[in-house]
Amino acid sequence: MTKAGSGSLNSNLSTNLSTNLNSTAGPLWVNAEITYKCPLHCVFCYNPLNYTSTYDSELTTEEWLKAFREARALGAVQLGISGGEPLVRKDAEVLVAEASKMGYYVNLLTSGVGLTEERIAAFKAGGLGQIQLSFQDSTKEMNDFLSSTKTFDLKLKVARLIKQYDYPMVLNVVLHRLNIDHIEQILEMAEAMEADHVELANSQYYAWALKNREYLMPSREQIQKAEAVTERFRKRLGKKMKLYFVMPDYYSDRPKACMNGWGSVFLNIAPDGLALPCHEARMLPGLEFPNVRDHDVRWIWNESRAFNLYRGDSWMQEPCRSCDERGKDFGGCRCQAYMLTGDATNADPVCSKSHHHGLITTQVDLAQKPRDGAEEVRSLLFYRDDKTSRALETSEP
Amino acid sequence: MTLPTDKALVLERQFRFQWEPAQNTHVLLYPEGLIKLPGSAGEIMKRIDGKASAEDIVRSLEQAFPGADLQQDVIDFLEVAHDKGWIRVA
Repeated sequence: MTKAGSGSLNSNLSTNLSTNLNSTAGPLWVNAEITYKCPLHCVFCYNPLNYTSTYDSELTTEEWLKAFREARALGAVQLGISGGEPLVRKDAEVLVAEASKMGYYVNLLTSGVGLTEERIAAFKAGGLGQIQLSFQDSTKEMNDFLSSTKTFDLKLKVARLIKQYDYPMVLNVVLHRLNIDHIEQILEMAEAMEADHVELANSQYYAWALKNREYLMPSREQIQKAEAVTERFRKRLGKKMKLYFVMPDYYSDRPKACMNGWGSVFLNIAPDGLALPCHEARMLPGLEFPNVRDHDVRWIWNESRAFNLYRGDSWMQEPCRSCDERGKDFGGCRCQAYMLTGDATNADPVCSKSHHHGLITTQVDLAQKPRDGAEEVRSLLFYRDDKTSRALETSEP
Repeated sequence: MTLPTDKALVLERQFRFQWEPAQNTHVLLYPEGLIKLPGSAGEIMKRIDGKASAEDIVRSLEQAFPGADLQQDVIDFLEVAHDKGWIRVA
């Protein structure tokens, strides 16, 4: 038999199974941002700056389920329930259970705030597949936070619940200039929580993180030190705690294969029902994104202008158009190209072949300069909160 | 690592196996991932229910698909599935 997953060997077995695997091109992964409400105020949040504008127009339970059913009919199998903090919504349990019944593998992405035993029991009974716990950012009081018994106890309590209900403990930590030097303490905490998987991902500079970019981007030296500490833990803990370290893309010379290509596998649905090819696309100008309230997901995915605009490679300009890597990274991220160069059809400037790559190297050079510490920077940061969101909406239409 | 052929096999926790009409194949789902198991791979995985052993699975498949000599193919596949952490001894 051939390697698992690569297909059938024995024709007797496969005769009645059609092999048109590539004829389907529906979304495989749906991310449902069920609310942008959140008790936290993370300075690296990737929710849109004007997230409060969705407060009065959140989809109802029934509207969510309708969209889930439609995406499922197209072949979507993975569902992320995220936010904001998804536990803010009282119907999170219903959404998880119904989606699981539809055949989705359901992932809950939460800060753990509000995760009581009652709720986790309901999630388990409803068929929830996985819980990803994000490490709360507390840039405001980093040292207090890392040493605070109260927060630590809360984390341990949630971690114990997750284990008790037979889920692996998957911890997501967003690293940035102001917390990356504490990586040893962070990993010690992860170890105490008996985390099985820890993703240490540097913040990506979108939305709130872009606003705060100059304060969040670590220096090369900081990254190298953090990687060395991570490697030390990796060696000591082996399979017991798997560690993934994700560099900021600004430090690469090739862009990330963002979303595996526009409209390729990923469908994001915002709290107000806006269907987006990625978390950030809402800010792209001149694009009217369809709403799952008004349209069937099939139409949105197959027919809408927004989902077709950057599919394939016919939209590309040079250097992407003739680049032999365009099938690998799809020209990088459309949103990053727009945010930094003003044109979403440009190459992602992270690419060293981009005419705009200097925009990246300037920022990287800036990040090597000694800067004020967390203490001094605190008052300069944009914290993700409702008041700031509304103020930014007024000042930046 | 050699998998015993007479012990019941079960899917590892976190994995979910199902038929996908939209893609016309069996799939194995796990956190944020999907493995397509078309044809015989799907037929084998379908029989992992926490009770059947590798030998039981071979017998069941040979009944469903008479005339095929599947012993080695099935064992090889189950070894791979075990190495990849999809299944374990119940």
